[in-house]
Amino acid sequence: MNILETDGERLLTAVRSLLEQKGIVSPLEVRERIEATDKASPGQGARMIARAWTDPAYRALMLNDGTKAAEAMEIPMRGMPPLGVLENTAEVHNLVVCTLCSCYPRAVLGYPPFWYKSAAFRARAIRDPRELLASEWKTIVPDNVKLRVVDSTADYRWMVLPMRPAGTEGWDAARLAGIVREGDMIGVTLPVI
Amino acid sequence: MFAPGAVVRVKDAWPEAAGPAQIRTPYYVRGAVGEVVRHLGDFPNPEDLAFGRPAERRPLYHVRLRKAVLWAEPLADDEVLVEIFGHWLEPGKSPEPGE
Repeated sequence: MNILETDGERLLTAVRSLLEQKGIVSPLEVRERIEATDKASPGQGARMIARAWTDPAYRALMLNDGTKAAEAMEIPMRGMPPLGVLENTAEVHNLVVCTLCSCYPRAVLGYPPFWYKSAAFRARAIRDPRELLASEWKTIVPDNVKLRVVDSTADYRWMVLPMRPAGTEGWDAARLAGIVREGDMIGVTLPVI
Repeated sequence: MFAPGAVVRVKDAWPEAAGPAQIRTPYYVRGAVGEVVRHLGDFPNPEDLAFGRPAERRPLYHVRLRKAVLWAEPLADDEVLVEIFGHWLEPGKSPEPGE
């Protein structure tokens, strides 16, 4: 079978040319979006986190307006949902879930991990998040730290700014970005060195 | 419009019982009392958008709910932060201490 001649491919070609003929989106916009989607990966979010750890002005921008902070790192955000960033501190730990479907900060983290969309993760994250984090990721949130579950229910997308781990003093942003994993940026794990 | 800090109650409404609906207010928050953190912006009402109807822009709020309001929780300070459209909120009353 020639995969370039499947029904799905013919349908896609037809829809794309109709979108163009009706002036809904241009071929350039389609190409830009495909490029942005292909480029999105946890590495992009990690660059933002590492810069926030080393640049106080950038950190302030990120917490105030995640979209602008992403654009400042040349991550394409046009047409993407607005991005909000929530900070983990010694007092509060954030965990991101979408209990209704699978909203995820794709512009900066790429495709979500497969389990993010599962009914089990979504239900457990809202109902018993401490048990979920401890049993699945060995992430222990101490009792004196508030656990805040961020249910991503509507038009925003949410990313977590984790705390910079001890032992990274003097590291530059490139080295710091190397230790930030996707789970750290939705609060299921904590950065380790 | 609700100001940051306003005590709000999520309406205990179930429009899906009347027919097809697309609702961004999860079951578990309906009827619960929480607090507005901030106005996130105005967005087309998804309840109309989903059906191709003209969708008015509606205010969207970040609302904080204490976990203990939703379920019996050993750690009462744990919380949920959830995006709720203004038309799902009504002025609420703070629970009495110890309630």
